[in-house]
Amino acid sequence: MSSAVPVREPGRAAAPLLDVEALRRDFPILARTVHGRPLVYLDNAATTQKPTPVIEAAADLYGRYYGNIHRGVHELSVQATDAYERSREKVRAFVNAAETREIVFVRGTTEAINLVAQTLGRQRVGEGDEVVITALEHHSNIVPWQLLCDEKRANLRVLPIDRTGEVRVEELERLLTPRTKIVSVAHVSNALGTLLPIRKIVEIAHARGIPVLVDGAQAVPRLAVDVQEIGCDFYAFSAHKMYGPTGIGVLYGRAELLEEMPPYQGGGDMISSVSFEKTTWNVLPYKFEAGTPDIAGAIGLGAAVDYLSRVGIGSVTAHEEDLLGYATSSLSALPGLTVVGTAPEKIGVLSFVLEGVHPHDVGTVLDQEGIAIRTGHHCAQPVMEFFGIPATARASLALYNTRAEIDALAEGIRKVQRMFR
Amino acid sequence: MGELRDLYQEVILDHSKRPKNFGELAGANRQAEGYNPLCGDRETVYVRLEDDVLKEVGFRGAGCAISTASASMMTESLKGRTRGEAEALFERFHDLITGKNGAPKPGAPELGKLEVFSGVREFPVRIKCATLPWHTLKAALAGEDRTVSTELTEGPKAESGGA
Repeated sequence: MSSAVPVREPGRAAAPLLDVEALRRDFPILARTVHGRPLVYLDNAATTQKPTPVIEAAADLYGRYYGNIHRGVHELSVQATDAYERSREKVRAFVNAAETREIVFVRGTTEAINLVAQTLGRQRVGEGDEVVITALEHHSNIVPWQLLCDEKRANLRVLPIDRTGEVRVEELERLLTPRTKIVSVAHVSNALGTLLPIRKIVEIAHARGIPVLVDGAQAVPRLAVDVQEIGCDFYAFSAHKMYGPTGIGVLYGRAELLEEMPPYQGGGDMISSVSFEKTTWNVLPYKFEAGTPDIAGAIGLGAAVDYLSRVGIGSVTAHEEDLLGYATSSLSALPGLTVVGTAPEKIGVLSFVLEGVHPHDVGTVLDQEGIAIRTGHHCAQPVMEFFGIPATARASLALYNTRAEIDALAEGIRKVQRMFR
Repeated sequence: MGELRDLYQEVILDHSKRPKNFGELAGANRQAEGYNPLCGDRETVYVRLEDDVLKEVGFRGAGCAISTASASMMTESLKGRTRGEAEALFERFHDLITGKNGAPKPGAPELGKLEVFSGVREFPVRIKCATLPWHTLKAALAGEDRTVSTELTEGPKAESGGA
């Protein structure tokens, strides 16, 4: 076969390049200085900055058409309800769920995982049963399962990682037993940036009839996510890590499972009728949305989805891959710097340690240079323990970061080294 | 960049690189472990207490420059002090790094070399680093057999956060 056409990964290299300088103007905060220096914001895995359309969405709601949703006959309620439900549909399309009712609005990834643990988990997990996670999970995908396992006297099983931070997926088959009731795994590790082979994990678990939850908090802002293609049963993510507001997130769940699950919280909006003798639950997704939700948050999330769609998630992926490659080679060239997490499939996150300097001190010195990074255990203490370190410094990327900012980071690290020599 | 030099004074950098009284203390009859969950730092403080006097103080662990230097200089400044003096010194030290200007208690020891930590007040998120060894010492003297966490001793998290 002729190779006149270069071989490309579908959907990746073909994506148009981002006009980053133009996009940066959409984020007002990027114009500010910190300690007299231009802000270099590299803490995007913790939370991303917000573009103007997201900032304005809340003001627009409160200034023009605010009312409570799903209950008023009046015009404001109708308009607010429309906007809230339009956001749900936008989210559905963004992750390609089969049905809009499979999109449940929650407070964030953490609440989404707790919701599943406390409903499906409590329904299916009994004494002596098992829940399987991986060794690189965020605390939010560990602790909800520990609470469940404590209550049910069940066991938490952990799929190990190797020295590069790659999940040893070949051990999954052995780890799954007839007692395994749920598998819950990250899509992308927040501490190391490892991209997990989730399609394979889903395939292995499903072959044994075990449902799979994917924590997509770090994946949704940087990769095209298609929940039907992944085949998972649940997919959880947070708006604030994908350029949207805080306080709102999404649980995608397959309708069949959501139907089977009991409600998570009781209250208004989640019922179809209430009497003191018997209450019947509302239909999906409202069964899981008790009380007045974060209306402004949901509408802001819709604005973030619109923004990301307009920018093009494929282009964001390509941009972050390019930047991560650039950052990895520039930082690795610094003497005494060790990158933590070197899995072949990685995105968005660069964790590192500096010989002779504690990450906390690295963070303080960089902050004085206007450079925001995260230092600490990144809510993934078991990962730190595995690598035998108390903490790392972590630079994490977004669509608005530039090579010049990576250069500033490298220069900042050189300054740290001069200071602590 | 003056502030950064105020925080990382030469004396502090020296102590962080070559800490004094580092290692398990033979003959210690008091010890406690301190933990800062925000950065994962752990330090064990050892005391040989005789007739209410801190005859010897040592520490072991891994921490940032501020907490290591603070522990090192704490052990030096406490040797030979009474328990009451040690506690009064911690109070003065705490006031120094939190920027409080309360009048020292009568008879409270002078801060002396510990004055070099005054720069910490400009970096509120680093206060816990400087106080970790002191809180740990307090627990050791109280004979509390538990891990002291900066989250429980210094109030709400200043810099925790998701992911």
